[in-house]
Order: sequence, then structure tokens, then C-alpha cells
Amino acid sequence: MTIMTEGKRKNKRTIPGFGLTMGFTLMYLTIIVLIPLSMVFLNTFSMGLPEFWSTITEPRVIASYKLSFMTALTAAFVNAVFGVLIAWVLTRYSFPGKRIIDGLVDLPFALPTAVAGITLTTLYSPNGWIGQFFSFKIAFTPVGIIIALIFIGLPFVVRMVQPVLENIEKGMEEASASLGANRMQTFIKIIFPELIPAILTGFALSFARALGEYGSVVFIAGNMPFKTEISPLIIMTKLEQYDYEGATAVAAVMLVITFLILFTINVLQWWTGKRYSGK
Amino acid sequence: MSIIVENITKYYGSYQALTNINLEIESGELIALLGPSGSGKTSLLRIIAGLEQAENGNILFNEENYTHKHVKDRNVGFVFQHYALFRNMTIFDNIAYGLKVRPRKIRPSKKEIEQKVIELLQLVKLEGYKERYPSQLSGGQRQRVALARALAVEPNILLLDEPFGALDAKVRKELRRWLRRLHDEFNVTSVFVTHDQEEAMDVADRVVIMNEGKIEQVGTPEEVYDHPINPFVYDFLGSVNLFKGNVQQGKLVSGNVEMNAPDSEDGVSTGYVRAHNFIIEREASGNDSIASNIDHIHSLGAIVRIEVIRQDTNEPLEIELTKEQYTLLELKKGERVFVRPKELRVFVDYMAGI
Repeated sequence: MTIMTEGKRKNKRTIPGFGLTMGFTLMYLTIIVLIPLSMVFLNTFSMGLPEFWSTITEPRVIASYKLSFMTALTAAFVNAVFGVLIAWVLTRYSFPGKRIIDGLVDLPFALPTAVAGITLTTLYSPNGWIGQFFSFKIAFTPVGIIIALIFIGLPFVVRMVQPVLENIEKGMEEASASLGANRMQTFIKIIFPELIPAILTGFALSFARALGEYGSVVFIAGNMPFKTEISPLIIMTKLEQYDYEGATAVAAVMLVITFLILFTINVLQWWTGKRYSGK
Repeated sequence: MSIIVENITKYYGSYQALTNINLEIESGELIALLGPSGSGKTSLLRIIAGLEQAENGNILFNEENYTHKHVKDRNVGFVFQHYALFRNMTIFDNIAYGLKVRPRKIRPSKKEIEQKVIELLQLVKLEGYKERYPSQLSGGQRQRVALARALAVEPNILLLDEPFGALDAKVRKELRRWLRRLHDEFNVTSVFVTHDQEEAMDVADRVVIMNEGKIEQVGTPEEVYDHPINPFVYDFLGSVNLFKGNVQQGKLVSGNVEMNAPDSEDGVSTGYVRAHNFIIEREASGNDSIASNIDHIHSLGAIVRIEVIRQDTNEPLEIELTKEQYTLLELKKGERVFVRPKELRVFVDYMAGI
């Protein structure tokens, strides 16, 4: 008898409401994310397979995919490296004006992207303040696109890494030093591994943001087919020509690839995070 | 390796954490820094380790000045209260860390490192755990790993900051015995910080009692317990009863009681009597017999704790008897008895005149 009741006993949680919150989460995500995204695929299905295939394999479209993913990945990578550096400076040192610099980091989020695009174009154009110092063109080339994407993705890594750095147990660093490690060794072997999950998240967010970015890029890119034309622009162009199916087809492919990349990053993160939890 | 602490003074902002600390620790000693929280004991330990810098004074290892050496060059093993294990590394890698980060010239080979780590794992009795991560271990196991990690680099000095503070009572007792044995085996000069007087008395060769950034007394556990040099030390080590009163012609008068205090100066003073230094009687046997009522009896374990209330001043006294004495007396709650101190220490109240 007792065994029977034991088996039926529910695991009581400290805060009840799992059913309610889970139900709400699922419904919310369905309405906000899942339905709009599935419309992309539904729309695409209305065109035949051969037509779909020819749309997405059009050389101009393929070139735009390559450009979009290449620039987004590069920008995310640059942001990952320098984001950690900025987060490090902001958490480890105190200096006058620290709060202002801390606030500056978020500015790219607040600025309308078109404004950012125009400003960057003016600065980096061959006659611009910065552009004039370089012997090669920055604006109207992929380099310009990357710069715009770095700009809009800057806050992600900084804001992900900052709290982790702040919470790293001081004792671990001291232990490392007392065991004879120099500062570089302590950073590489002790601090950096702690940051990896946060860096990966920041990288993924920055990458995803860069991939979908339209406003700031169209100004600085120059939008030359095969050279500086990004996928979101292709989609935009198709929409302007009332080619809705074509637009969603291109979007669907981007969605799938993006999902695969983000999923890979998530797996990586799960894998690095697993060992700390000890489960 | 011997340690000499010379005139160490440390400030945190305007707060003076340590004032002119002087201390000599002989090679191979096991020393406890004992004191209440905020007494500066951890600061002193961290200054010896080189994790913190003092404003003033010197730290000498084997009579060589180490004051300005970086912690990584001092070759000290440091054990933290909260273990500070590297959580992204296995137990094996944690212990091997200190050897792996050595410059190539003095780094042991992979084989030697492995052998050393396995030896240490045996020493801390965690042979089967080398592939685990710190989060998979219990607190006591983690602290043993931390100790093995510190010992791996064969430190000149072992420094432990409240090493057992975060563990439960039983594990704490086990580990401190084990630390003592380990120390006897390796004979490395060790300093550990604790606020637990029992732990300090149980493990250390000598105890350094600290209070408010100063050293109050240094001595073997017996010395500091039996001959405390000031009221603070008396009060801090073990339960003690206070008799506030006046010394007149070799007698401490407190309430209606007169106790012999032959060597004390006249004036406002406080008498200190340890809880186990009392005799309980049914009849008064002199001027120092204190009429009291038994208020409480805790008879758990080998020691029976009895709380009595003085009839003259209504102040409580705490008395400890052995189980045998207690059974012989057949004491009952509420009973009127006479309590007589066997041993009394009197300190003049310097504060009283102010």
C-alpha cells in the first residue's frame, strides 16, 4: 500500500504554476514567433518546386547569401574579440568617465539603423573623415558592410560577458597565481573558459542581428549586384516588384541556414556549459 | 621554512585592519591564527601569502625578505575557505595545474606529473575521482582536492584560510585531525586561520590570538588556555563567568561574596572563572560560597551544563560538571545550592575609571 502511494506522490515545487507558465510560454511563442515564421514557408510552398529552386539558385541570389553570411560572421567574430576586451576594461578597472563609456556601449541599440548607415557612409566614403586615410575603398565594399554590422552588433558580446566577468570568483584567480601561474596563464586557463558560454551567446546574437540587418547596410554597401548586395536587400527588391513568393523563398533559405548555425552554437554552448553544472 | 612577520600594518581605506604585527613562526610549525571576525587574521594570512600588500613592514621567509615578491614567486600553498577549485577542470587537472603552468625548463614530464597527481589523490583518499568535476564532489572532498592541489607544487609554506569553515561539524572534525597527521608527515610550515577556538586548540602547535588588528597572545594551546594574559583571551577561549566587583586588601568583593585574590591591586576589577572551575555544595563553606538557585540543567553527553542564578545579584552563572559529579550530587532544578569558584583570575578594569 505504502509503495503505491509513494509512487503517486508528486514532486512538489517551491513555486507552483508550472502548467500555467509553460502553457503561456508556448502560446506566446506560437503567436509571436512560430506563426509568422511558418507563414514564410507556407507562402513559399505556393510556388512550384522547380520555380523555387530556380529562384534560390539564381547566381545573384547565391552571391548575396555568400556576402550576407560572410560579412555577418566576420562582424560577429570581431565583436566577440573586442567585446571581451571592452567588457574586461569595464569590469576590471576603474577610471574617470567609466560610466559614460559603459553607456556608450548601448548606443548602437538606440540609434535608428538608417541614421547609423548614413553616418558611417559619410565617415568611410573615400573623401570622408576616416575613409580619406585609407588607400583602399571602405564604403561601398564588403569591408564597409562589415563595419556597419560590427557597429550594430557591438553591445551583444559586451553585455553578455560583463556580468560573467563580474561574478568570477576572485579566489580562482588567486589560487592560480599562488600555484605559480602568470597572468597570461591565469587568463587563458581559468578566466577564458568561464567566459566561453557568454561569448558564444553574444556571438550568436550579434551574428543573428547582423544577418537580418537592412537599414544601416543599404547605405554603406552601395548595393552592386554580385558585389555588395546583401540578401535582405534582394528580399526587399523582390517585394517592391510584388514578387512575394520569390521574396519568401529567399527568406526561407536564410531562415533555415540561420537556424542551423544558431542551433550549432547552442549545442556548443550546451556542451561547454554541461561540465560546470556537474549533471 | 621559517616566517618572520615584522611590523606589518595594513589599512583598508581609513580602516586600520592590522596594527604593527610582529610574529615569528619556526620552520615546521603548525600555527593557528585565532580571533573573532574582523580581527585581521585573514588579512595577515593573505599578506604572508602575497595576495595582499601591507602598507608597512616586512615579511621574511627563512630570513630572506619576501615583502615585494609576487604571490606566484613565493611558492606558498594557499587553501581557500570556499575551495576556489577550477570548475572547468577535472580533479586531476586541478591538482596538476601548479605543475603544468611551470616554465618548460622546470616542468616535470607528463609521466611525472601523472604519478605525482595519483600519489596526492591517494593521500587525500580520492583515487576514484580524478575524472570528476568539482561540482560533483561534496564540500569535504572539494577541500581535500584543494589541499592536494596546494601540496602538488611542494610549497615552502602552507596557508589555509578558514579551511573547514564551510563544512559541517563532523566532517570538520575529521578533516582537522587529518590535517594534523598530514602536517606531521610532510612537516611543512603551516598557518591556518580560524574563528573556532576548539579547532585551533585541537590542531595547532601554537595559537596566535588576534583581536581588532592586534595580537593579544601567542602560545601553545595549554599556555593560552591556562594562562590567558588578558580579559579578552580569557573570554574568547571557552565559556567563562564574570564577577564584577572591587578588590580590597587581596579580596574581590562582588555582591555578598568575598573571593581571595591575593596578587591583585586594589580597585574596580572583574574576576574570571571558567565554567568547569566551580564546586557545587549544599552548605556554605566560606565567604566565597555563592548562594544560588538552579535554573536549568542540560545533561546531554559527558559534560553536564548547569545554569544557576545568584541570589545576591540575580546574575546567571554557567557551571560545567562531569556526569559523575552530577550524579553524586543529585541536583534538581529550582534547588538552592552554594557555588564556590576553585580558580579565579582577576583583571583590573582599566576602563572603569574613564
